[in-house]
Amino acid sequence: MKIEAKGLDFTALNEMIKSSDGDCEINGCLGQRFIADGLGNGKVVINGIPGNALGAYLNGAEITVRGNAQDAVGDTMNDGKIVIHGSIGDTAGYAMRGGEIYVENNAGYRAGIHMKEYKGKKPVIVIGGRTGSFLGEYQAGGLIIVLGRNSDGKPTVGNFPCTGMHGGKMVIRGSVEDIRFPQQVTLRDATADDMAEIMPFLKNYCNYFDFDINELTEEKFTVITPDSRKPYKQMYVAN
Amino acid sequence: MFPSYLTSDFEVVRNPSRCTNCRICEKQCANGVHSYDSSAKVMISDETKCVDCLRCITYCPTKALKIVKNDCCFRENENWKSETIKEIYKQADSGGVLLSSMGNPQPLPVYWDRILINASQVTNPPIDPLREPMETKVFLGKKPSEITRKSDGTLDTKLPPQLELAMPIMFSAMSYGSISYNAHKGLAKAAELLGICYNTGEGGLHEDFYCYGENTVVQVASGRFGVHEGYLNAGAAIEIKMGQGAKPGIGGHLPGTKTVGDIACTRMIPEGSDAISPAPHHDIYSIEDLRQLVYSLKEATNYKKPIIVKVAAVHNIAAIASGIARSGADMIAIDGFRGGTGAAPTRIRDNVGIPIELALAAVDQRLRDEGIRNSVSLIVGGSIRSAADAIKAIALGADACYVATAALIAMGCHLCRSCQSGKCNWGIATQVPALVDRLDPETACNNLVNLMTAWKHEMKEIMGGMGINSIEALKGNRLMLRGVGLTEKELEILGISHAGE
Amino acid sequence: MKKEGEIRIPSGCAVSAVISRDGNVMTGENIIKSMLPMHDRSNGLGGGFAGYGIYPEYRDFYAFHIFFDSNDSRVDCERFLKENFEIVKAESVPIRKIPEITDVPYIWRYFVAPFASVLSRLQLDEKTYVARTVMDINTRIKGAYVFSSGKNMGCFKAVGFPEDVGRFYRLEEYEGYSWTAHGRYPTNTPGWWGGAHPFSLLDFSVVHNGEISSYDANRRYIEMFGYKCTLQTDTEVITYIADYLLRRQELSLKETASVIAAPFWSTIDGMDEKEAEEHAFLRKMYSSLLITGPFSIILGFEGGLMALNDRLKLRSMVTAEKDDKVYIASEEAAIRAMEPNAENIYSPAGGEPVIIKVKEGAY
Repeated sequence: MKIEAKGLDFTALNEMIKSSDGDCEINGCLGQRFIADGLGNGKVVINGIPGNALGAYLNGAEITVRGNAQDAVGDTMNDGKIVIHGSIGDTAGYAMRGGEIYVENNAGYRAGIHMKEYKGKKPVIVIGGRTGSFLGEYQAGGLIIVLGRNSDGKPTVGNFPCTGMHGGKMVIRGSVEDIRFPQQVTLRDATADDMAEIMPFLKNYCNYFDFDINELTEEKFTVITPDSRKPYKQMYVAN
Repeated sequence: MFPSYLTSDFEVVRNPSRCTNCRICEKQCANGVHSYDSSAKVMISDETKCVDCLRCITYCPTKALKIVKNDCCFRENENWKSETIKEIYKQADSGGVLLSSMGNPQPLPVYWDRILINASQVTNPPIDPLREPMETKVFLGKKPSEITRKSDGTLDTKLPPQLELAMPIMFSAMSYGSISYNAHKGLAKAAELLGICYNTGEGGLHEDFYCYGENTVVQVASGRFGVHEGYLNAGAAIEIKMGQGAKPGIGGHLPGTKTVGDIACTRMIPEGSDAISPAPHHDIYSIEDLRQLVYSLKEATNYKKPIIVKVAAVHNIAAIASGIARSGADMIAIDGFRGGTGAAPTRIRDNVGIPIELALAAVDQRLRDEGIRNSVSLIVGGSIRSAADAIKAIALGADACYVATAALIAMGCHLCRSCQSGKCNWGIATQVPALVDRLDPETACNNLVNLMTAWKHEMKEIMGGMGINSIEALKGNRLMLRGVGLTEKELEILGISHAGE
Repeated sequence: MKKEGEIRIPSGCAVSAVISRDGNVMTGENIIKSMLPMHDRSNGLGGGFAGYGIYPEYRDFYAFHIFFDSNDSRVDCERFLKENFEIVKAESVPIRKIPEITDVPYIWRYFVAPFASVLSRLQLDEKTYVARTVMDINTRIKGAYVFSSGKNMGCFKAVGFPEDVGRFYRLEEYEGYSWTAHGRYPTNTPGWWGGAHPFSLLDFSVVHNGEISSYDANRRYIEMFGYKCTLQTDTEVITYIADYLLRRQELSLKETASVIAAPFWSTIDGMDEKEAEEHAFLRKMYSSLLITGPFSIILGFEGGLMALNDRLKLRSMVTAEKDDKVYIASEEAAIRAMEPNAENIYSPAGGEPVIIKVKEGAY
């Protein structure tokens, strides 16, 4: 089903998406929020700029955006896939528990914040370019991959990444020398096992955005994981 | 520091002529206060571990025990009280932030106790609630500013989603994790029997309790634990927790040692993983972002669930509430500075936030001044201790009250304020299986139903005395209240006259 | 001692009313007579009347009846009126000097219409603007109090027994198709004429018996919508509620009755589905306009009357008929004083509205 979004408010647009029982393509999207909110199945293609909270609580549906997306993409997402042919704003994948988000270019501040995993669910965010500060803040699970393409000499990741990270894994392609990590995380070069783990997601990325996998894997990858120590444990005294 | 400068707060007094060395006290005390000295054949006590929970007293078959305040004291000093001195010793010893439980115990004003209720004499009649109808049912939620009619002229009776309560009280948020499975079960069952709601808190909803959905408020906090589409649609309403009266501006942290078994499962995190709730929702840095979260939840639930936004009572609460009312929220829950908690930094708990009475009065008046009181219902908590407090809250302008500490006490809590230890001897604030087993959910439920039934009777009696036979006519009816011993300013904020006026 | 309006004064009362369904006019003589047998329900501290259809020659103009404390307040008020209204007639209300009525303020009436230019500048409909003007004068202009503001109707009230108030205002010289009357029994001296009843706004007038227990819940709610309760009386707040529900929310009289004297939830549960749905909707929607405690009210409006008891029926009220006339009063004796041969004596149930409308075109 084709939906012309021009002039529709978010309530009307979302009602049309929900009633399309499956696949739909939205043209002329401009800022409508909450697209595919909680959607369980189907494929939604968006031409234009979707509004904030795209795919919040997403529960299995697939979203493709031909353009940039704004803030809070995949907020508290449970399952499904979001593919952005462009860049995204802040707090992408906040508290995301499952599913995958692929961003062709850059992400804003606090991508993957408080991402967590549960049983068979393991959320993944792949960011093709750079990210803003506080990447993976409070990260409790899942996988964040930052590829650092077209970084124009700037650091791949902004300041204060992994603040409060206590689970999951982050993988950064290319140099991490300019990135200042906090004390409670450990950095190591990616092992063969690590590469095997991330390879399917890298292939997906190349597939979606028409990029050469060999060129991608030429560079080195660094894996960041939290220490098992509980840094806040000693902070309190019973009163 | 060795030897420790800390003296024990309590003294265990054991009457040797009554004690039979049955060792029940030893079994009952999870803190390890009591033990048996087999060589001397006597029970002995390590009083430094005693938290005054009174479990041993209750279960001592010969009533041989007594816990008293330790009168071994520091030299009296109105400025440097013994608590203050002890807190310094603790911090000097550990370098730690002081961590406390339950509500602010400091001697700050309790305005409920300075407000008195009216009754009818001569000019209009009191009503006998035992024989005449007395209505306590409320519907919480947004009321449109005007009616619409269908093409045939009849009323369009569709309203935004409403939360129906048989009485204007709900059990407020306590997560599974902060309290036990059995405590949650007791609350859920009682809420169902009473026709009210309990609140999951931020730890998700245990699969066993989905059956109580119609009487459940599901909470979405900054950690988003256990939040998924099924959870959002499981309850009768969704509460966005922005803050809590016991620790405004502070997040939460359930250590990995407590995220075991079902707790981890319900929170939807791996076992042993720390469950951190950040202080802010990181998708809400401004009031327009709140609107975004409110509507993302409405979209996810097809506009079928009313949304509550819970905030702590802080200085600028009237303006904050006004902003929330314009965010699309259906209800605002305000938590006063005496609200309870499973763990909060002492300094925050005792020094941050404002009394609920003043916050409520200011918010209700502000929303009326702006003509938007109808667009939200107001729920207040933060130490509603009795039916009288609830009546006063409603007359000040609340639609309903949140009750938690009183509910815990009904289930057996003795307010020893040691929840943070996880060793609650009453089976409430603990996840230790042997301790959890001590709380029978049926008994807990029964006691909660009794308490609320009694409150409901009392509320009806008080309403009847005022000549009011429906709770709607009490809401915001401040003429029914008078202050005693309050300053002009306090009366002005409360919007009531002084007794005698 | 605080003046009425600065403090809430409870009162007991007598009410009575008569209306011709055919629109036949009656002088005020009969309605005055009805108050005599109910003399003991008043205590001489307030009486008043409302007549409908009494100003046919000025039927297109709002008739403002205003009390002034002094000539200065009259000058201030007239200056304010002249800026916004066309005043077609201004005169002092004719009175009869009698010893029973003392401390008489300046009592004036003005037949006015708001300037079209004022309405278009403020983007307000005429009635909303007039209502707002009444609130403005009563709260802002010192010593001025508008106590009647409808078209082709008027309120007449004073401190005194109702029968004396009727004679004082020479009501036998007016002719109307509908009359209501009120005798007041306040617990203490209001000392001010504005506190007497009926209370009216635009063409709504209310006489009321009882002291409601929901007063402040109702007041604080209705004040959200631009009303200002300056007297703190039940009658005032009930009048504003009627104006809000009937004129601004466009509810029917029956629906309005279902809001202010809502059936109990248990009663609603027993209704058929559609009826239950409507009653439940109105209760939820306007929960703060439920009036509890004892009341019997007679609401006057253009072309009709509505009588309503509280839902527990804590106050007395009877209705009766004779030919084209319908009578309502606190006591049957009051009705017999007007019409000895009244028929179909009936006591409406609690919350049951009695609505009488004059034939279309007959008023």
